[in-house]
This record gives sequence, C-alpha cells and structure tokens, in this order.
Amino acid sequence: MNTKDIVFIALFAALTAALGVFPPFTLPVVGVPITAQSMGAMLAGSVLGAKRGSLAIALFLVLVAAGLPLLAGGRGGFAVFAGPGGGFLVSWILVAFVVGFLCERFWRNLGFFQALGINILGGILVLYPIGVAWISLTTGLSYFEAAAGSLGFIPGDLIKAAIAATVAVTVRKSYPLIEAPRRA
Amino acid sequence: MISAYRPGTSPIHRLAAGPKMAALAIAGTGLFFVTGLAGTALALAAAITLYFAAGLTLRDVWSVLRPLLIVMVLLVLAHAWLNGWAAAFAMGMRLGALVLLAGLVTLTTPSSAIMAAIETGLQPLSRFGVDVEKISLALSLALRFIPLIASVGAEVREAQRARGLDGSLVALAVPLLVRTLRMGEDIADAIDARGFGSTRR
Repeated sequence: MNTKDIVFIALFAALTAALGVFPPFTLPVVGVPITAQSMGAMLAGSVLGAKRGSLAIALFLVLVAAGLPLLAGGRGGFAVFAGPGGGFLVSWILVAFVVGFLCERFWRNLGFFQALGINILGGILVLYPIGVAWISLTTGLSYFEAAAGSLGFIPGDLIKAAIAATVAVTVRKSYPLIEAPRRA
Repeated sequence: MISAYRPGTSPIHRLAAGPKMAALAIAGTGLFFVTGLAGTALALAAAITLYFAAGLTLRDVWSVLRPLLIVMVLLVLAHAWLNGWAAAFAMGMRLGALVLLAGLVTLTTPSSAIMAAIETGLQPLSRFGVDVEKISLALSLALRFIPLIASVGAEVREAQRARGLDGSLVALAVPLLVRTLRMGEDIADAIDARGFGSTRR
C-alpha cells in the first residue's frame, strides 16, 4: 500500500458517496431502495482491483456508519445497517472484491461481455444470497419469502451491471490501473 | 454534508464512542433472541426511554424511524399475512427497537468521535501489518474528496450538456472516473512530496 493506493481508495469511497445523489426508488413489499450507488462497488472492483476496490467500499461504509448522510436519500448512521437493507450494504465489500478479483484474472482480454458477466456474478449472484439472509434475520420472514420479495430488484441490478461494465471497459482502455502497480 | 449528531450533555452523550458502539453491538445481538410480544414491546419502550434520557424528544424518535416507515408497514403486513398478527407486531417492534438504538448512537456521538473510535479499535491490528496511520489518512482524504468529486461531476455534466450528451450515464461516468484517477496521481505525489509516513521508513 503506497500513498497512491490510499488516495485511490479514498477517491473511490468519495465517488461511491457522489453516486448517491441520484434519487433512489423504493420497491414495494420488501422496500430496499434501488440506487445508482451499488454501481460504486462494481466500479471500484473493476477499476481498482480486488484489494483496493474492497477497501474503498469498506471506507465508504465506515463514513456511513459514522453518521454522515452519504447513502442515497441522505441516509446514514448505524440504523441503516440495523435495518433490513444492511446485509446488502455490507456485502458491497465482497462484491467489489469478487468483481476486482475476476477483472484482474481476465484483465488481458476484458471486453464488454466478460465485464458484464463478472458484474452480474459479483453484483447479483454474490450480493443477493447474503442480502436476503440479512432481511430474513432482521424481519423473521423465511429465507424463501425474503428472496421472493427481493426478486424485483434484479432488473435494476442487471441495468446497473451493464452500465458499470461499459464504463469499466472504457476506463480500462484510457486509464488502466489494475496492471499499473507492476510497472512501478 | 451535515452529520446527524445532536450536541448534548446527557450521560449518554458523555459515554465514550467505543463503549457506546460495543453496547449497541451487544444490545443488537441480544435483540435477535427476543421474539415474544411482551419482550419486544419492552425493548421498544426501553429504546424510547433512552432517547428521553439523552435529552432527545419524540420528534427525534420519529426522524430516525421515518425513513424506514413504509418498509416497516409493508413488512408487518406481509408478516401478518404469512405468519399472523402477533408475530408481525413482535417483528415490527423488534426492528423498531434495533433501528432506534442504532440511531441513538448516531445522534449522541459526533462523527469524528466514531471515526476516532474505529481507528483506536483497529490499533491492535497494527501488529498484523495494518497501518492505522494510513487508515486515518484515507478517512480524512475521503471526507475532503466528496465535495471535490461532486464539483468535478458538475463540471463534466455541463461539458457533456454542451455536446448534447447529458442524458447518458456512461458519458458522465467515464470522464468523471478518468479525471478522478488523474487527480489521484497528482494528490499522491503532493502527499509524498510533503513526506507523509517518512518517519516510519
């Protein structure tokens, strides 16, 4: 971890906060809000790689826990972690790690479809089982009921995975960072 | 960027951030074992009593619960439909108590104290190669970068609007990211030039 890594981690934590200004949209029944913010985890992973990406999201969540209103809709504080959506928030760290790890693996020929697949794997297949388990734990709904209530988010997350993949592939061409440390 | 902190002098305000966060973790875990109506009602009443003890009002209780209200109502209704009213109310009150306790810590502790407590909590990890000084640097940098990135974002949006591209999220995000990353290199050089961390080497 040199100074540049720390600066990039802080920048992506701040960027994830900035993504929260897009207005959220709350789905009925389970009601975890859909925001552009969860793209922050995919982007941090695919631009910074597994280690720096997941640390950036962890840093962002520390700022949220400290009570700063950085989540979409101006929410923050410990209460958001205690609520039903808390599992999804904490899982973003893992999302950034998985997306980053796979992007590092497939960096040499990372095209749109590879990036899309990676984002769907990390942003949906990794995120949901944990997020749903937390809904089930906090609300006492069964795992199946909580999962059924969360299904409505998947279309939104597919769109976000596609946007994040496009952005990641374009940024990889103009500003490749994942391989940069090896040059230094 | 305004933190939710409400200044005050109550015993809850004076309690150090670390123990308060630890108490929240213990209380939150304990709440998962409370399932009956009477137990959860008691927990909810206790949480609200703590708000009064901290010199806060019912308005503060409301401000903490309001963002979750729609979710709570829907959850209680879904729960009542699936598992009956008693279980639904118990769940609603337990979730309410949990969220209120978490909100109480946020309302009575300055953000800086919470961040300092997290740094202190990580101190023992320095033995395993975690550099707490770098974590503090990352925290303070991120705080400074939020308004910076917001202003870069506004600039990019104006530039893309001039090109008729302001409807595209990709056309906004790519230049924002590239400018952010380029800025990062300069900031890192500036920090290194001022000898950050050089005492350690």
